[in-house]
Amino acid sequence: MAKPDKPNMPVLKLHIPEPAVRPGDEADFSNIVVPDVDQIARPDEATKPEDLRELAFGLVRVLDDDGKATGSWNPGLTPDQLREMLRHMMMLRAFDDRMFRAQRQGKTSFYMKSTGEEATSVATTMALSRDDMCFPSYRQQGILVTRGYPLVEMMNQIYSNRGDHLLGRQLPIMYSAPDYGFFSISGNLTTQYPQAVGWAMASASKGDSRIAAVWCGEGSTAEGDFHSAMTFAAVYNAPVIMQVVNNQWAISSFSGFAGGERTTFAARAVGYGVAGLRVDGNDPLAVYAAMRWAADRARTNNGPTLIEYFTYRAEGHSTSDDPEAYRAAEEYAKWPMGDPVERLKAHLIGLGEWDDERHIAQAEELLAQVKAEQKKAEEKGVLGHGLHQPFETMFTDVFEDLPWHLKEQSEQMVTEQRSKFGPDWEPK
Amino acid sequence: MMADTQTKEATKNMNMIEAINSALDIMLERDQSTVILGEDVGYFGGVFRATAGLQEKHGKTRVFDTPISECGIIGVGVGMSAYGLRPVPEIQFADYIYPGLDQLVSEAARIRYRSAGDYICPMTVRSPFGGGIFGGQTHSQSPESMFTHICGIKTVIPSTPYDAKGLLIASIEDNDPVVFFEPKRIYNGPFSGYYDRPVEPWSKHDGSDVPEEYYRIDLGKANVVREGEALTILAYGTMVHVAKAVVAEVGIDAEIIDLRTLLPLDIDTIEESVKKTGRCMVIHEATRTSGFGAEIAALVQERCFYHLEAPVERVTGFDTPYPHSLEWAYFPGPIRIGMALKKIMEQ
Repeated sequence: MAKPDKPNMPVLKLHIPEPAVRPGDEADFSNIVVPDVDQIARPDEATKPEDLRELAFGLVRVLDDDGKATGSWNPGLTPDQLREMLRHMMMLRAFDDRMFRAQRQGKTSFYMKSTGEEATSVATTMALSRDDMCFPSYRQQGILVTRGYPLVEMMNQIYSNRGDHLLGRQLPIMYSAPDYGFFSISGNLTTQYPQAVGWAMASASKGDSRIAAVWCGEGSTAEGDFHSAMTFAAVYNAPVIMQVVNNQWAISSFSGFAGGERTTFAARAVGYGVAGLRVDGNDPLAVYAAMRWAADRARTNNGPTLIEYFTYRAEGHSTSDDPEAYRAAEEYAKWPMGDPVERLKAHLIGLGEWDDERHIAQAEELLAQVKAEQKKAEEKGVLGHGLHQPFETMFTDVFEDLPWHLKEQSEQMVTEQRSKFGPDWEPK
Repeated sequence: MMADTQTKEATKNMNMIEAINSALDIMLERDQSTVILGEDVGYFGGVFRATAGLQEKHGKTRVFDTPISECGIIGVGVGMSAYGLRPVPEIQFADYIYPGLDQLVSEAARIRYRSAGDYICPMTVRSPFGGGIFGGQTHSQSPESMFTHICGIKTVIPSTPYDAKGLLIASIEDNDPVVFFEPKRIYNGPFSGYYDRPVEPWSKHDGSDVPEEYYRIDLGKANVVREGEALTILAYGTMVHVAKAVVAEVGIDAEIIDLRTLLPLDIDTIEESVKKTGRCMVIHEATRTSGFGAEIAALVQERCFYHLEAPVERVTGFDTPYPHSLEWAYFPGPIRIGMALKKIMEQ
């Protein structure tokens, strides 16, 4: 392919991003700069995007290296609120561990944990109003946990069992919970982004007071949907908070393959004229503060915000993934932002509002609660063991009404099952 | 079944992933213009391991990871083609191909036509497709007829490791865009459709005897996998194996044709067979309405009407999204095929 016809010209080179370390190497995060708390002070929520640009390149922090909450971003939560936040995050972790184990036990086909990223779904949800609308990606089960959605309902969905509100149609963890302001999860990436903007535009057009929040990973910001959403949000000044959970890894691809070598993900906001914040995603108080700032901004018609949470995916992408094949072991142990549960725990202990015994007791209590809910869910079946949804549900909801061809196919299915299970078989 | 041009010297037992990997490896070696790009295909070697080891062997600028943007992946493929490269992008699941559809349908497929041959797009888009792995509605779809409906794209679907390698090499060497759908259910072994029976490995199937060297299976050529007189069964991908198993179970003298290339279609082989047997059944996992079976039914009645003793029978997936827990009630397995066989033979 070399072209020696212009030997005096520089040779072009194709750059292929490469992470600093790979399996077998020592985990190394020395390139990550963690600025001091309040390196950039909290601006007024009504500040214009062009006066906020440096926030997209900074890092909002509240908890300092000693676990103390300081600076202008400190949301000033009460000890009760802090304990509630800790409890939700611990519940999420217990839930993830048990469901991951259930998949390994063959009770379902698939699971995705949110370990290390709990603050980005729990603290954010606490900063929203209960009736604000959430458009999650596949790793925000913390929204449901925080809003008190019954764990057994989540498990029923994961098991695709007889109790599954989604009728066994969806891959595990693709929940939908309208009563909890939780939009139906797609398996396709970032499709929820323009949808959240559309919901927010509708809310604004109706003179409502509710706002929308949407999540995606840093890898998915490469999808066109992300950029369409940013354009629409800016054009219509939509009351929406667009969040990028930068957990460093998109399956095996490090954030450099989404453009992370060049700039921050929060900086995507700058080109669109949208407010952008870059936040320590493992500092639950910083996450809360950023979301609260953006929510207040949206609620007062000051426009959309893009927030990047700088965090780390502590586990594999899913139960189908093996991160040891592409990244250094022990990365999470060395992650400079620490662990969100441990940081909040240390903060509460520092305040004299928590201690190790209570922490251990709470972990045990939550695990027992998850196990009890799991038992209830398993009474309604696990994947592949009979207690699935009625067969006829395969054909309902394609449309509101069943057209002739689906009626015919539904009858075909009944005939097929009867040929296997006998003439008395009923589609239940 | 190995009627294709090649000398069977050094062969190796391969599953379909290994055969695809071998085809890619050979093409990277033979033709410096071949490049592979896609999500997780580089260092990791692909989520199904189809590109394992290729980046290490051929270098990071020939086999590389991409941003998660199917529009970008296919769009840069069109641009690389314009430069003179032969890109082989991977779309991680066929269900994810839709964001890249505009680049594929409006650009790749039409660039030769609209520029009167000034530019071409010799790109082969590989993508795992089909269900049977409890992947739910976003990891199970069979969108092949969306692509056969587009003028300017060839659509290829292998059913064995041997075919996968020869067809993939021919696709990469083809000067037009090819959508190469890989039936992921049979990556590691053929699937009979009897989901409650033990899984068979490829090593027991003669289609896993794969030459280590270069060979091609020309596009547009079907493969008669079983000769018979009673009826003609047309299938591709996973459903070839299901059809074979059901025919064996039922004990009917069916002629089974693996289409291998949906477009351009080997109409001569189909016509000859249907005129011989007088009955035609087409099986696909994709949804029924406007599926590829409809095209087959139309072609067969146009060309073989006076030879037909029964209407063309379609056995397909139902017209619903691919369900998770009721996967086997959805899948066009032995029961559905068996009932259709009975129906077509009684007429």
